[in-house]
Amino acid sequence: MSATTVHTGPNSLVVVGASLAGLRAVEAARKAGFAGRVTLIGDEPHLPYDRPPLSKQLLAPGGSTDPVTFRSRAELVDELGVELLLDAPATGLDPDARIVHVGGAEVAYDALVIATGAVARGLPGTENLAGVHVLRTLDDARAVRRALDEGARTVVVGAGFIGSEVASAARARGLPATVVEALPAPLVRSVGSGLGAGLSALHTRNGTVLRCGQAVAAVEGTGRVERVRLTDGTAIEADLVVVGVGAVPGTGWLAGSGLPVADGVVCDEFLRAGAPGVYAAGDVARWHNRLFDRSMRVEHWSAAAEQGALAARNAVSPADAVPYVTVPYFWSDWYGSRIQFAGVAGGDGHEIVSGDPAGDHFVALYREGDRLTGVLTLNGQRHVMKYRRLIAQGACFDEAVAFARTPAHGATAAS
Amino acid sequence: MRIVLDRARCTGIGICESFAPTVFEVDDNGELVVLSAEVPEGALDEVTAAVEGCPALALRLEP
Repeated sequence: MSATTVHTGPNSLVVVGASLAGLRAVEAARKAGFAGRVTLIGDEPHLPYDRPPLSKQLLAPGGSTDPVTFRSRAELVDELGVELLLDAPATGLDPDARIVHVGGAEVAYDALVIATGAVARGLPGTENLAGVHVLRTLDDARAVRRALDEGARTVVVGAGFIGSEVASAARARGLPATVVEALPAPLVRSVGSGLGAGLSALHTRNGTVLRCGQAVAAVEGTGRVERVRLTDGTAIEADLVVVGVGAVPGTGWLAGSGLPVADGVVCDEFLRAGAPGVYAAGDVARWHNRLFDRSMRVEHWSAAAEQGALAARNAVSPADAVPYVTVPYFWSDWYGSRIQFAGVAGGDGHEIVSGDPAGDHFVALYREGDRLTGVLTLNGQRHVMKYRRLIAQGACFDEAVAFARTPAHGATAAS
Repeated sequence: MRIVLDRARCTGIGICESFAPTVFEVDDNGELVVLSAEVPEGALDEVTAAVEGCPALALRLEP
């Protein structure tokens, strides 16, 4: 080779998935000065919109049902120079030819960001029953909102965060609401069993019936849901059933591509997937988080936003790639209370440093060995981000507990 | 650069505080307190990250 080899980056960027991560990817590519062709492919007909409001503001009585969008079509197309392919689910990937298949069409790429999110799990056998919904998309949220506004007796299947927000929205209207959870306690995987029970007390305090250790035996009705039958034989009359039993990464379209997939697109710490020029971001990405030295896949707003931007910057400037390192963070609003979680629910227990899990405020710190790995707060907005920073700094657990006891930031001094 | 907070949008999620704790702090009531109306010397990167990281689109920078 001659000494004058010119280093050239990619000439075209294709982003599959037009939600938050995909949007942030195209924005970041342009912000980084990428002048090549940018294509954003999405399976929904809508422009990129924000999902957290779907189970919060959009379900609130009297709230707007308009989506919260980030950019208009004109801003995306004219200002950012993005080619939009909406209502156009990607159907396949050929990483050797560097082609994304969209139905019969082929979209060639030099660099690719996969941001196809996750798909809500449904309840098998309820597909043709009106009144049974998952809550993932704008169309789902509008259907749930209509049912709530019509006064639906509400059953939520799965005591997770989104389902709990739906139960809150039902109770805000004074509607009967029941949450059914198959496990003996709610939120065991996300916050641990003891604190899950503490959070779920919010349901009972606010008039929602919580049935743990009960699976759904059948959703019954003729054409439309009439009742939910549990494994113990109990029947709960229902006009609306919202299924909140988690989501699976949107990797179906990658079948046969050879791209490594294992509960998400497997990425390294730079969000590089297992083929040249291919990156992944958001709910679909499983990556190595250096801070916790483990493989993670998170379905959180801030991770989607940050990963989308970072994957695109790495994709268009691979020589300057930086790793994605974060303390995962999410929030949820139940019955006017705010739950916030940062980090990971470490396996070596937790300590309450403020408040009481049976009350309206608490701060709990999680540990692994002597390290602080996580924080869970209920109405602890003043505290959560201070611990998030400590976690990012690799703080010791004892150091964090001592911090909690200092009067200036002291969790114990809080209401 | 001036930091502009849209209180009607802000719900105190706190991502801004985690990026720029010297500029943003959520108080006991979940209300965001902007500790400095102007971007402090040397803090533009972290404030920009906070503005871009706001899930409620409640922050912006003005010249």
